[in-house]
Amino acid sequence: MPLPYSEIVMEHFRHPRNVGRIENPDAKAVEGSPACGDMVAVYLKVDPETQVITDIKFESYGCASNIATGSIITELAKGKTLEEAKRITWEEASRALGGLPPLKTHCAVLAVDGLHAAIENYEERHGLVKERQPTTVEFVRKRLKHVMNPVVGLDIVRTKLVKEIEVQDGVIRVVLDLPPDHMFAPTMKEDIEEKLGHRWDVKQVLVEFAG
Amino acid sequence: MYENLVYLDNAAATRLDERVLEAMKPYFFDVYAVATSQFGYSIGLDAREALDNARARIAAALGANPEEFIFTSGDTESSNLAIKGVALALGEKKGRHIITSPIEDFPVLHTVRALERQGFRATYVRVDETGRIDLDHLRESITPETILVSIQTANQEIGTLQDIRAIGEICREKGALFHTDATHAFPRVPLDVREIPVDLVTISAHTIHGPKGIGGLYIRRGTPVKKILDGGFHEFDLRPGVENIPGAVGFATAVELVTPEETERLRRMRDRLVERLLNEVPHTRLNGHPIYRLPHNANVSFRFVEGESLLLHLDMRGFAVSTGSACFSRSLEASHVILGIGGDHERAHGSVRFTFGRYNQEEDVDRVVEAVAEIVRELRRISPLGKE
Repeated sequence: MPLPYSEIVMEHFRHPRNVGRIENPDAKAVEGSPACGDMVAVYLKVDPETQVITDIKFESYGCASNIATGSIITELAKGKTLEEAKRITWEEASRALGGLPPLKTHCAVLAVDGLHAAIENYEERHGLVKERQPTTVEFVRKRLKHVMNPVVGLDIVRTKLVKEIEVQDGVIRVVLDLPPDHMFAPTMKEDIEEKLGHRWDVKQVLVEFAG
Repeated sequence: MYENLVYLDNAAATRLDERVLEAMKPYFFDVYAVATSQFGYSIGLDAREALDNARARIAAALGANPEEFIFTSGDTESSNLAIKGVALALGEKKGRHIITSPIEDFPVLHTVRALERQGFRATYVRVDETGRIDLDHLRESITPETILVSIQTANQEIGTLQDIRAIGEICREKGALFHTDATHAFPRVPLDVREIPVDLVTISAHTIHGPKGIGGLYIRRGTPVKKILDGGFHEFDLRPGVENIPGAVGFATAVELVTPEETERLRRMRDRLVERLLNEVPHTRLNGHPIYRLPHNANVSFRFVEGESLLLHLDMRGFAVSTGSACFSRSLEASHVILGIGGDHERAHGSVRFTFGRYNQEEDVDRVVEAVAEIVRELRRISPLGKE
């Protein structure tokens, strides 16, 4: 049986493009953490006149698809304006790699989130951001679209795993339609906490399983 | 097909020994009948004799009587039968408390968890940073309701050996039954039930160059165990199903082919691997116990790199190893063993298990060390960690 990765994934894994750091970058961001086993750092150089990404580099701590998705987003974003780069989706990154196994689509999400976070970092540094957004139910739902259901490789909102979202006094409660002893319950819980726990107005993230 | 492969995942599965295959062959093609009752036809009686003979040989290696050993489909089934079988036999009569450790392999851990969901209570006895259990904690955890203590002989990932004699003695003294999963130890680490006070022992053929799909359970005479599968009256009415006679014969042969000399050879290769990796690759540590460990197991964590990437690069160069990284696991969870001994996620993600077997050669050690050193250097170059 062949490896579950496409030729393009393997090629980027073996020879990642644009690896490393940019000295004095115009923006940078790190997504993920050693705790979740996946981490990507993105560095940007941006032309202040045209808002075009003139240089982009990444570093990766993670599996083959983490390295490959980090590599591909640098290729997708280089030469694009910030606005164009913001519209790059994980599906696009995954397609550009010839597809990812369902269990690994969260890597594409992480890499694209890393790119978007670096762009946000640029906007923050250059006074381009508006007000801080409060964490509402709608915001949580949007973020949960970045949490993958590893069974099918699509997000947990689209696959109807999210039963309930509650936001009250800085406490987010998410109820998933999964049994508590489901094999992916712990990893989804961690992923949700990771995606929302660091928000400025969030004190606690509760993930419950009611399947 | 894999003539240049350096296979270092012998804890997961092993290459079948040709001598094992030769011993099994007649029971596929000539004596293929079921083991009939003593009033059956000749070919069935010959099958019965082969099965009894295989049973006696494995029992002898354990220091047991033949009727104290039954064949199963492997260690998963053996541990399920041991734990659920005792729970069924004693749950109503004696109590609903079971003791195990947090670093057991899944056949034990998930069986205990399944019983917890049915109302049994479990205590997970503390382990130290090398994976050895806290004997005082064990002693004080056993209550009159404790029906079973299940502690492995050797750990599947980090290879740590437990003091099963001391554990057995504590269980005897406090009146609890003792089951041990010896899948990764037996028979490289000898286990004699005449010396060790143990009531149930799980073993398997797949770790010792025997066939997959055959294992066994030692059950000391008089131990209360109820069958968990319903069917015929095979295996002393404890494990129904057509007996896997080729498997049983192969298992017995595989047990006898393991020698102390061979195990010593594996130990020397393992020692050299550990020494070279720790000396030649920076930011590296050995997981598990330096002395009380399986002779053929090494488990090393490389900081700032993730195990699946390392594994895949090694695979492309013709090496097969295993990792405790979440990215590699079917459930995307990091090794419960590394976390269980107090390691953090990063240490689990960067952990690699190397396990030696009969077909490894001295030069495999040097080849894998060189490959690992190179790949780790390259992965660290692209890692955001460990730069400052």
